[in-house]
Amino acid sequence: MTAITLSSVKKRYQKTDVVHGVDVEIESGEFVVILGPSGCGKSTLLRMIAGLEEITSGTIAIGDTVVNNLEPRERGCAMVFQNYALYPHMSVAQNIGYALKVAGMPRAERDAKVLKVAKSVSLEPYLDRKPGELSGGQRQRVAMARAMVREPKVFLFDEPFSNLDAKLRVAMRAEVRSLHRGLGVTSVFVTHDQTEAMTLADRLIIMNAGVVEQVGKPSEVYNRPASLFVADFIGSPAMNLVRGFFADDGYFRHGKGGMIHLPTIAPNLLSKEVSVGVRPENVRRVPAGTKGAINAVVDYIEELGASRLIYADVDGSRIVAVDSANDALGTGMPVHFAFDTADLHVFSNDDGRRLDIATGLAATAALINA
Amino acid sequence: MERRAYYRNGTLPWLLIAPQLILVLVFFYWPTSQALYWAFTLEQPWGGGNSWVGLSNFLSIFGDGRYWATVGRSAFYAIAATGISMVIALTLAMFADRALKGTKLFQSVFVWPYAIAAPAAGVAFRFIFAPEAGIIGSINEMWPGIWNPATNGGHALAMVIVCHAWLGIGYNFIFFLAALQMLPRSLTEAGAMDGARPFQRMIDLQLPLIAPTVFFLLIMNLISSFTDSFGLIDVMTEGGPINSTEVMVYKLYVDGFKGLDYSGAAAQSIVLMLLVIALTFVQFRWVEKRVHYN
Repeated sequence: MTAITLSSVKKRYQKTDVVHGVDVEIESGEFVVILGPSGCGKSTLLRMIAGLEEITSGTIAIGDTVVNNLEPRERGCAMVFQNYALYPHMSVAQNIGYALKVAGMPRAERDAKVLKVAKSVSLEPYLDRKPGELSGGQRQRVAMARAMVREPKVFLFDEPFSNLDAKLRVAMRAEVRSLHRGLGVTSVFVTHDQTEAMTLADRLIIMNAGVVEQVGKPSEVYNRPASLFVADFIGSPAMNLVRGFFADDGYFRHGKGGMIHLPTIAPNLLSKEVSVGVRPENVRRVPAGTKGAINAVVDYIEELGASRLIYADVDGSRIVAVDSANDALGTGMPVHFAFDTADLHVFSNDDGRRLDIATGLAATAALINA
Repeated sequence: MERRAYYRNGTLPWLLIAPQLILVLVFFYWPTSQALYWAFTLEQPWGGGNSWVGLSNFLSIFGDGRYWATVGRSAFYAIAATGISMVIALTLAMFADRALKGTKLFQSVFVWPYAIAAPAAGVAFRFIFAPEAGIIGSINEMWPGIWNPATNGGHALAMVIVCHAWLGIGYNFIFFLAALQMLPRSLTEAGAMDGARPFQRMIDLQLPLIAPTVFFLLIMNLISSFTDSFGLIDVMTEGGPINSTEVMVYKLYVDGFKGLDYSGAAAQSIVLMLLVIALTFVQFRWVEKRVHYN
């Protein structure tokens, strides 16, 4: 069953388009994460679902009801705000119970419910405290309890962890995940943090400049990015992307006269302006003199502890590789790389979309110096 | 990190603060000391200096029923004018804060009345409320005598209070709007998500959070209605009809400058001053200590 349906939803402020026609269906019970850089319209989209922002055109339906003209209170959504937005003059119990009080629930019933929800997020010792007397993580829990107590049809999270420190963020992530497993309520979670997005999401919606770039499971988005933007945005360190074209002599030409031996690429891509991408973790170091290897010069090295990142120059193009060896390597030294063509992504330079190479590629010849 | 500037020359700093100091001394401390002197002395019937009479000036005003009537009237005036002005200003600020169309315009328009001198506003309101002209004139034609501030004390007091309240709206509006805009928008949004309608959000969320501002304005308005009402009353009613708009500040003027009872008037002004000092004290002690939510 579909829980939320967005059809060609647009948002325009005066003269600027913030969201240009979004079509997404969110299944009931799904945990969907909207991921994108700041200013991409992801929060606006969430706020339109919540009813805090008007929809310029298009429709939003929750369940079978089109909610475009419904007030936030009529939509059955609960929201966790970025800065928690707790009521500072009310105690934790009053904060959690405010929605019930507004709904006119009798006091005894209300108290019982507040207590139950507070227990589920281990807040009962703090019920009488004011938000100002709580730590960041506790405030976050109050915000979640306040959302949960109404038993909403949909949970909306607007970058709820961005004010927490890294350790707490990981803990809260796990907590949200397990809450979702327990309650099974459809959730939409907005973030700009890709780790958060990858770990939480059943499905990801990747947005850029008001447009949905890709919708898919985290693994799909990672393994088959649909556009240059997604390829560059997902993954850390970011994917190596090199602009150039496939020449008919079996070489990919790039940068200042650079050539990479990629003999078996699809004929339909010949001499088109494209970007080829390969993830740093798919770039291997190979010994000097290996046939077909890419010869590069080390720019600098970042030590990560378990591994290191080699930033290298290949005829004017930057290549980053994850390297687990620990031999002495420094700026200006030559390195040699190789990768499987199966790990290669090709994108059009015109519209940034992914170009399918699998069909044109002879799978058997896919390896360079295997 | 406090950085102080030190003057090596001992007289220069005094010269620099002299203008302000002289102003305060001449226009505040000197008149106050004179008032104190008059309040505890009495001028001899045929001249020849004042003689010390202790508290008898105070005892005589406190023993005067007419004085207590002005005290009651002043209290009513203060509460009514403050209440009307603050409620209207708060309502307007709420609307302006909700970012309805034209908010930018209203933000400046609502402040303008504050820039109008009280006597000028008084003259304008006298015309507006004149029983024989304008809209009130035609109402009076339909129901003769339903409104006449020249003969009906209640009408006169109402007219002055309305004018006073109107003058204060701009000042109150600016403070309310500033306070409301200090509240994070997400708070009212959270209230909306929790199902509260705008009016309920105002009562439950916004008002408690701007309480310090409300209290500050309450005191400022009360003080202003005790002291600033003079100009309005003098222009609009001169305390009449039959003393029905005579508040404390106006009675002390009449007793002192019309009745030439300097000592009685001085005693009244001391009482009024103590009242204002007390209110200011409450303001400082309470508001400064109030919890400010961050």
